[in-house]
Amino acid sequence: MLNSATSRASLRGLAIALLAAACALAAPVRADDLDDASRLLKAGERQQALDKVNRVLAEKPKDPQARFLKGLILTEQGKQPEAIDVFTRLTQDYPNLPEPYNNLAVIYASQGQYDKARAALEKSIRTHPSYATAYENLGDVYAKLASQAYGKALQLDASNAGAQNKLSLVRELVREPLARPAPAIEAAKPAEKAAEKPAPAPAATDGSAEVMKTVKAWAEAWSNKDADAYLAHYAKDFKTPGGEARAEWEKGRRTRIEAPKSISVGIESPKVTMRGADQASVTFRQTYRSDKLKTASRKTLELVKADGRWQIREEKSGK
Amino acid sequence: MIRLFTIAFALALAGLACAATPEDKLSAVFEAIEANKLDLAMKRVDALIAEHPNFRLAHLVRGDLLLARAQPLQTFGNVVKTVPQARVDELRAEAMARLRARQRPADDRLPRYVLQLQPGQKHAIVVDARRSRLYVYANADGKPRLIADYYVTLGKNGIEKTREGDQKTPVGVYTVIANLPRSKLTDFYGAGAFPINYPNEWDKRQGRNGHGIWLHGVPSDVYARPPRASDGCIVLANPDLEAVGRQLQVGLTPVIIADEVEWSERSALEAERASLAAALEQWRADWQSRDTERYLAHYSSRFASGRQDLAAWGAHKRTVNAARKWIKVGVARVSMLRYPRERDVVVVSFDQDYRSDGLSNVMKKRQYWVKEGAGWKILYEGAG
Repeated sequence: MLNSATSRASLRGLAIALLAAACALAAPVRADDLDDASRLLKAGERQQALDKVNRVLAEKPKDPQARFLKGLILTEQGKQPEAIDVFTRLTQDYPNLPEPYNNLAVIYASQGQYDKARAALEKSIRTHPSYATAYENLGDVYAKLASQAYGKALQLDASNAGAQNKLSLVRELVREPLARPAPAIEAAKPAEKAAEKPAPAPAATDGSAEVMKTVKAWAEAWSNKDADAYLAHYAKDFKTPGGEARAEWEKGRRTRIEAPKSISVGIESPKVTMRGADQASVTFRQTYRSDKLKTASRKTLELVKADGRWQIREEKSGK
Repeated sequence: MIRLFTIAFALALAGLACAATPEDKLSAVFEAIEANKLDLAMKRVDALIAEHPNFRLAHLVRGDLLLARAQPLQTFGNVVKTVPQARVDELRAEAMARLRARQRPADDRLPRYVLQLQPGQKHAIVVDARRSRLYVYANADGKPRLIADYYVTLGKNGIEKTREGDQKTPVGVYTVIANLPRSKLTDFYGAGAFPINYPNEWDKRQGRNGHGIWLHGVPSDVYARPPRASDGCIVLANPDLEAVGRQLQVGLTPVIIADEVEWSERSALEAERASLAAALEQWRADWQSRDTERYLAHYSSRFASGRQDLAAWGAHKRTVNAARKWIKVGVARVSMLRYPRERDVVVVSFDQDYRSDGLSNVMKKRQYWVKEGAGWKILYEGAG
């Protein structure tokens, strides 16, 4: 477990990672201001940091990076209702960003609202199935909900345990800075939504068996923790979920696949939509179980047939 | 034909939907867990808790389902070691009792105790202490038919009550003797209470004492209590007590409490019932014939009624019968209930219509019959 000093450093790490993303991907004009705000927050000058961010927001009220930083500052200031407001609006405007959900969950958890925290974290994971921080937080929230349920079962006074949990959850939020830049720009693309609707093309049905075979092999490789075999299922032009570089994405996936002692991935009620001879979309319920975690989510794999075999070109989670 | 079948099927489904008791719903949770459908199990347990917020066992199962998402479970009721383990064990015991009860007796298996119900008895209650289960049988033309069963809590110290304050539940054949509504009780008894006639004549004969054995509900802050928690009473969840209570008839409904219910085939029960019915009829005929020695031959050497042993009873009957010119004995509304834990003892209750040139009277009579050798003999006789 990390101590609070470390956690504060990591919190800044989170902010800086986001700012870096902002520099790289968005208008450079405000980058300096946000950078300053982040530095002020780092120095403990929360009010000044907030003033700075507010100035940026006066110019660009929709800016996700600035809003996210504002949420962090408000959280550090202990202004929970305001921080909740900021993060909630972010989730509404950018439903594909996992981080605001995660931070919302941390605040809810610190208030003892574990059901809300759970809902937010589940959304965060549905948005980005490989978002490790959300998984870890969700594990803690499940454990906390479990202890509440046990308390009701056994008529125990769980108030002490609740106070204890608040601290560890704040640490949870910042235990691990984002491994990749927040895909704010990517996620904000409205085009992606439209692409999710599968075009019901009347195509050769005999291809679907082959597609399912590939999907099953993919799940099997994952379950076997065979990262090479798993990654081999992805097409050369695979759209990484966060828009990051292929190498970076692979590295992240490899860690996720190799870290747990055991993994079991199940495919339930799959539905194959053929979009021609060499394009298919498979939607299914993915159950994931490792020695650490158990989740289930809707998943859609977009597959293409290249070099004589089906490969994953895009992977989408959530409803 | 097909349409009829469809309608019947739809009705059957509707019936099933209506009959989804909390018990069934908990079973459905366990079924989902067994099928490894944990999300479904969670949905079901959430619904169950929404309906019965004080169902502690349901909360325990929910705790496990949540914890299973965070870490592998070590045990059922995976709570930390610092909580009182006795409470967890009680809930585990409740879970075990409820799980075992999912195996209902097969249709052709009947409790060996209910040989015959009289027409006025709409139901009979049979309690299986080992299974923490209460079975409700409907009277279908004198034969029992299982219509419902419920989880019950019994005495802290188990069964076979003998002494006041031993916190045990008696084993025997009893009758509901009162109906105490909720308004006359403290919250501890929940939805109501139905006292039974412990100690009955057989208990008294064995020197057992104590009093106040009731069927009753639970306090409002719980849904159910652990399997062994009462001072000897039979405790049901409040909705269950209400459902059972609707079937109980004060002064009529038998409550048979067994250690572990013995099950029997209908044909075997029928054979036994017929042989006892024949013995009863012979007793009636012999009494009516005023052949006192043949009449007294129906009584066991161990017979006792109040302070009378067989000799005293025989002397009295000889005197009375000799003074009569004629006797007519009518026997009607006969029930025959085998006594659990006793070797071939059956409690026979009936309406006796006695007429003679001297005294005539109509009374409720109770006899305890025992199988001695090939035949049935009377061990006890008194007012019912």
